[in-house]
Amino acid sequence: METLIEFFSFKYPNVKYVVFGTILLSISSSAVGCFTFVKKKSLIGDVISHAVLPGICISFLISGSKDPFILIIGAFLSGWISILVMNKIIQNTKIKEDAATGFSLSVFFGIGILLLTFIQHSGNAAQSGLDTFLFGKAAALVGKDLIAFGMIAILVLGTVLALYKEFKLISFDPQFASVIGLPTKTLEFILISITVLAVVTGIQAVGVVLIAAMLITPAAAARFWTNAFHKMILLAAFFGVISGVSGAFISFTAPSMPTGPWMVMVLSIIALISFFFAPGKGILIRQYKRFVIQRQLLEENLLKAFYKLGENENHPKREITTNDDKLKRSFSSNQLKKGLKKLKADGYIIATKSGWKLTQEGFQKGKRITRLHRLWELYLTKYLRIAPDHVHEDAETIEHVITPELEKRLQELLDFPTSDAHQPAIPP
Amino acid sequence: MSMVGDAISHSVLPGIVIAFFITGSMQSVWMLVGAGVLGVFTTFLIEFLHRQGKIQTDASIGVTFTWLFALGVILVTYYAGNTHIDQDCILHGEIAYVPIDLLYTSSGYPVGPKAVIVLSVLLVLILFFVIAFYKEISITTFDPSYAQSIGISTGKWHYLLMGFVSLTTVASFESVGAILVVAFLISPAASAYLLTTDLRYMLLLGAVFGVISAVGGYFLAYWTNGSIAGAMVTVSGVIFAICYLIVRLRK
Amino acid sequence: MIIQSENPALEVHDLTVSYDKKPVLWGVDFTIPKGALCGVIGPNGAGKSTLIKAIMQLIDIDSGYIKLFDRELDAVRKKVSYVPQRESVDWDFPASVMDVVLMGRYANLGLFKSPRKADKEAALKALELVGMESFRKRQISQLSGGQQQRIFLARSLTQNADMYLLDEPFAGVDAATEKAIVEILKNLADEGKTIIVVHHNLQSVENYFDWVLLLNLRLIASGPTKKVFTPALLEETYGGKLTLLAEVSELVKKGEFKAREKH
Repeated sequence: METLIEFFSFKYPNVKYVVFGTILLSISSSAVGCFTFVKKKSLIGDVISHAVLPGICISFLISGSKDPFILIIGAFLSGWISILVMNKIIQNTKIKEDAATGFSLSVFFGIGILLLTFIQHSGNAAQSGLDTFLFGKAAALVGKDLIAFGMIAILVLGTVLALYKEFKLISFDPQFASVIGLPTKTLEFILISITVLAVVTGIQAVGVVLIAAMLITPAAAARFWTNAFHKMILLAAFFGVISGVSGAFISFTAPSMPTGPWMVMVLSIIALISFFFAPGKGILIRQYKRFVIQRQLLEENLLKAFYKLGENENHPKREITTNDDKLKRSFSSNQLKKGLKKLKADGYIIATKSGWKLTQEGFQKGKRITRLHRLWELYLTKYLRIAPDHVHEDAETIEHVITPELEKRLQELLDFPTSDAHQPAIPP
Repeated sequence: MSMVGDAISHSVLPGIVIAFFITGSMQSVWMLVGAGVLGVFTTFLIEFLHRQGKIQTDASIGVTFTWLFALGVILVTYYAGNTHIDQDCILHGEIAYVPIDLLYTSSGYPVGPKAVIVLSVLLVLILFFVIAFYKEISITTFDPSYAQSIGISTGKWHYLLMGFVSLTTVASFESVGAILVVAFLISPAASAYLLTTDLRYMLLLGAVFGVISAVGGYFLAYWTNGSIAGAMVTVSGVIFAICYLIVRLRK
Repeated sequence: MIIQSENPALEVHDLTVSYDKKPVLWGVDFTIPKGALCGVIGPNGAGKSTLIKAIMQLIDIDSGYIKLFDRELDAVRKKVSYVPQRESVDWDFPASVMDVVLMGRYANLGLFKSPRKADKEAALKALELVGMESFRKRQISQLSGGQQQRIFLARSLTQNADMYLLDEPFAGVDAATEKAIVEILKNLADEGKTIIVVHHNLQSVENYFDWVLLLNLRLIASGPTKKVFTPALLEETYGGKLTLLAEVSELVKKGEFKAREKH
């Protein structure tokens, strides 16, 4: 707790720089990441981040200085060229997108490595520190970096805000955008430019490899929580901020721990939680839904069986023993045990001296399921030309799906029938 | 599938570190095993997120490999000082150090550099795989549903092929680094693909381009006093550019 | 109207198939006689290709069974040949016409063996049959749509199968190719082979096929062309979408149900 307070009191200017630097960086990279994500070009960030290395080396070779602004110009240019090369390859040859991506990424990086080692071995004293571009130095951010980050973040976010709807349209349907007269080429140019900018600044904090995560992971995680694009961007930025602050905090408490990788770690954990638990889309949530439905199916099938047993003897609320042959044939003993317990808990059946009996609610529900089953059977034979002896199986599932509204339409369509394909009565 | 190779090359890092942590040795074999396991895990995770989580492929690749790489870097830092592994070596391995790490027979006679031996074994394996199963690999990549219809399992051959990609990546990145392995996987093949329309020639030509890049890169590195691996990739990039120009001018 | 045939080459029994949990074929049930040249007809999204893929076990089925020559597919795989949609493959793949046609023989070759002289002769014969023998060294990306379709058919012909399933063989091909392919298919049918073709163009149905399946999510008719290719049944196939069925399909998908309950 104490460390937490100490951390947030920003007593040390260094902590302040790291926290604000990573926050600014996270927000701008998450925002552009959402656009690359919806364009299904998430890996573009990875290409740019690797391709800036030769640019950095060349601008150092030319200027001989390590001024971040000069290096960023070089980085920006070579990042841009890599995207151009990639697009040219896709356009002009039969090489597909993924190979073109891998090619420009790795070859630019190879050239960069050659130049970097050339500079290092040439004994230039000023070269030390050039490789922070490879691995990032989030924990060593200083005031000057903060100013650079801040300016770039404002530029990136301002552009996204100003051109939000245009960017959204060219990402979703570029053809339509150009048909209605938007300058798609220019917009595309601006969008890629701010992506390159966000990547170039981000590399200084988390390094060449992990900057890709700062673009992709928040967007992928946010997509699981919302279907609205503006909410997705906000949420992605929020995830980015959380990861930035936690990364900074972790390396504050354990100074040997690297900030960048921990930021990505926190982001990945957020993403994994989203993938599994987000309501609606999460993998486990969908599994759970399936489980609930299985239980509901069992319950409804039992009620239907109870109803039908009574129906056969014109004795709708007949007492039923668990030894009943018909029940035993259609349900396993385990199913019976679990299902009956649930039905009792839900108040659909009550225990009697020798067995079970439907309550009023249970009777109504059993009747409804039976009705839906027979209605669907009739629909299948009448409209789908399925032979009467084949419809039963299909109806077994559909009876659980039909909503009251659909039921009404089904009845109207079938002209309020009273008997089904197998000729038993359809209960009202 | 090119980008899956890229992903594998990064995400093997934690496997190598964990293998080192468990066995306490820098033996290539254990590193290969650790890396191989992580390589398969990566392919699986990408497929899983794509199929079960319904995440588009590019994003599932991106999320997977950055997560595992971050894990690897954190583990490396944690054990820092104990290992010779650092992210520097992962990013750009140094082929110049290969001859230093020699393999000795039990009598102490040097057989040759370890990396060279591992890679030679791998080369033989891959040559065997490609020649013996040329038919199956080509039909399952060209027309998977037809292959399936005549009873050739697409899934099996896909995973075998990705297994070899994984092995190649892992075995070579000690020498050239993770990212540059990807260049060697893609660049010669892409250059050859531009020039020829026959899979057999493409395989041969790709191998020839690979050799030219290696030899040319060595001399370029010698001349510039730079990284050998970086120089080799630069040469392969130049070869691609030449092929690209040839194709463009022909039209 | 579903007319069953005695001694069928293909029997599909109560087949239900879902795509991404949404049912796209409901309780399809029919038989096709040996030696029939059968057209599968229906609007876009009716499940025509799905039916073919289900027969070839390329997709999982929810219920029902399929018998070819009264056996499971695995037992008679060598007697059945499948021609996928032309667009389903990457035609930039580095291969020559001959390479692709030879693939038809791979099933019989087994592991480690490369094509023998006899296989090459069979491939050449098939190429001759489709009128493409002079193209055998051509790279496949240089072929027109019609030529691509011809070599797909040739590849299939090298299998010497007893049943052929073709998925949209006439999509995007020139008139001459269409005519040539129909000629070949008719000859095959005359030899007693069973041919099933997914087809789009209603005008040519009566000329091409002697048996017709009318399909739109469910089977509307199956039988000899003369009996089932009627305006009334066509109206039912193409007109009036079953909105109720579509809505129920949607509900099944949303609810993470299995289309068929398994007890």
